[in-house]
Amino acid sequence: MAEREFSESTDRIVATEPVEVRRYATHTRINHWFTAALIILLILSGFALFWPRLFFLTALFGGGQNARYIHPILGVAACLSFLLLFLQLWRLNLMRREDVVWASKITDLLAGHEERLPELGKYNLGQKFVFWGMFWLLLTMVVSGIMIWQQFFPDLVSIPVRRWAVLVHAISAVLSVLVLIVHVYAAIWTRGTLSAMTSGKVTGGWAWKHHRKWLREVARRQDKPPAE
Amino acid sequence: MTDTAPPPTTAVSNPPVEPLSPNLGDGDVVLASATPNLPPPTRQLDPVAKLIDISKCIGCKACQSACIEWNDTHPEIGVNFGSYENPHDLTSEMYTLMRFNEYEDPDTGNLDWLIRKDGCMHCEDPGCLKACPSPGAIVKYSNGIVDFIHDKCIGCGYCISGCPFDIPRMSPTRHVVSKCTLCSDRVSVGQGPACAKACPTQAIVFGTKTDMIAHAEERIVDLNARGYEHAALYDPEGVGGTHVMYVLPIGDKPEEYSGLPADPKISAVVEGWKGPAKTVGLAAIGLAAVGAALHSIFAKPNEVSEHDRVEAGRMVDDILGPEETAELAVSNPDETGQG
Ligand code: HEM
Ligand code: SF4
Ligand code: SF4
Ligand code: SF4
Repeated sequence: MAEREFSESTDRIVATEPVEVRRYATHTRINHWFTAALIILLILSGFALFWPRLFFLTALFGGGQNARYIHPILGVAACLSFLLLFLQLWRLNLMRREDVVWASKITDLLAGHEERLPELGKYNLGQKFVFWGMFWLLLTMVVSGIMIWQQFFPDLVSIPVRRWAVLVHAISAVLSVLVLIVHVYAAIWTRGTLSAMTSGKVTGGWAWKHHRKWLREVARRQDKPPAE
Repeated sequence: MTDTAPPPTTAVSNPPVEPLSPNLGDGDVVLASATPNLPPPTRQLDPVAKLIDISKCIGCKACQSACIEWNDTHPEIGVNFGSYENPHDLTSEMYTLMRFNEYEDPDTGNLDWLIRKDGCMHCEDPGCLKACPSPGAIVKYSNGIVDFIHDKCIGCGYCISGCPFDIPRMSPTRHVVSKCTLCSDRVSVGQGPACAKACPTQAIVFGTKTDMIAHAEERIVDLNARGYEHAALYDPEGVGGTHVMYVLPIGDKPEEYSGLPADPKISAVVEGWKGPAKTVGLAAIGLAAVGAALHSIFAKPNEVSEHDRVEAGRMVDDILGPEETAELAVSNPDETGQG
């Protein structure tokens, strides 16, 4: 069995004609969608307070008082859920030399010349950007969120600090929505990606085109030593 | 049909005996929190003001008691911590607080006992209202009174960050904020505020803002003549003026009065948060969403080609060899999804 550098232990080729590769284990997918659901609820309850014309969204939570009550609790839950996801995914999301080359040729990618870009492991720089972006933004939001959590931490920070915290919280929330737009958009534009998080599997063609080093390593790891 | 109460011009008159309907209604609201399209007010009331003449205050706290009684609040029984201040801070049950400070004049060495009645200043440009995310939870009437509407308050505490005077207090049990109402419920039926009514020395007076400024000017002339050459009216411009004003004997050092800010204004951080952060933020989100939608309609998606599929098969075959490949193809038939 070869060393693992570009793949997770659960990644494997599950079919060969045509080739199909398992990209995410069931627990990872549940973890992903649970986090996503919490973040959607956070966006709905948070942006209701962000802009007066969105205040009506508080009705989804049973009114303003309830939305205000539930939002930070969902926030802590989302951060814990993301933490579990983070522990599973961080290693393959570390930056690598080829990411820089990949980024410098991003226009080739958009123009449909992906073959001119370097071969990649399980994640490209865009995916890593979403991963680390969400990581840092959630961290910022949980820290600033606790500072402005009136019900349970009314005296944690002084009023001037609290003003900064609410500003930082609001800006991070906007940035995280932008990251999520990039995330969803990239998953749809790059056809064949969504199945990775629904069924857990991707086609061989997809893996070869976008994550060739990953596909090669997964195949090598499955190559049994020659019989006797 | 009852007559409408006339706006009060003083706090000392006794209440009328005939029933009167209130004179503050929806048509008198000039600003409401989180309500960008507020209908214009139907009339303009004369701005009112409460003037607190610190030189006349004896620190008796009759105003505090009157406030508790009129507003039916129930402050906790406190403990003595070595000061006359009681309770130790404004609370959701204590809308006004006499703050005591001992001040030694650096020039004369005289000790002054400075007593300031703290409470909402009823700002012309209220930071609490600017910060509030809940439509109509904070309103300002055309007579200048800023009022919290408890039914609409969601308990987020943003107003606490918005206020330059550190006034609103959250009730830990009801999860709504409270502060001095300038006795809007009394004013609306022609009565001056309870604190002004109770004050035994007339240190607190109430009336139209014009009258109160005129009265303050007389008081300042008097104070000047008694050696308080810096006596001044406190009606800070940074918040557009206030509807609670002070006559400060030491007018050049408002901070000495238990931290009364010399130049209060809505914090630039709050302005940034409620201004550009929201408009730029929403515009960015809108642009990104529209851009993504347009791109997905008009631009070619990144699709996997037949060539990629063949190459993938070849790579896997090369590594695994024909035997293993064939084995995988049959050994996992049920693991094969539609991918
Ligand atoms: C993806 C995650 C999150 C998003 C998108 C989000 C979004 C928002 C937004 C837009 C606001 C309104 C800010 C404004 O009006 O300017 C807000 C308020 C707030 N957020 Fe978050 N937030 C998130 C996570 C968190 C977390 C992790 C906490 C942790 C405790 C938290 C606690 C709060 C609190 C206490 C408020 C004040 C209002 C309230 O009590 O509801 N948020 N959030
Ligand atoms: S606590 Fe109430 S009054 Fe204060 S900002 Fe929030 S909703 Fe508005
Ligand atoms: S003093 Fe504070 S609470 Fe009172 S009106 Fe001004 S900003 Fe609002
Ligand atoms: S105006 Fe009314 S609510 Fe305000 S301090 Fe005086 S008595 Fe209390």
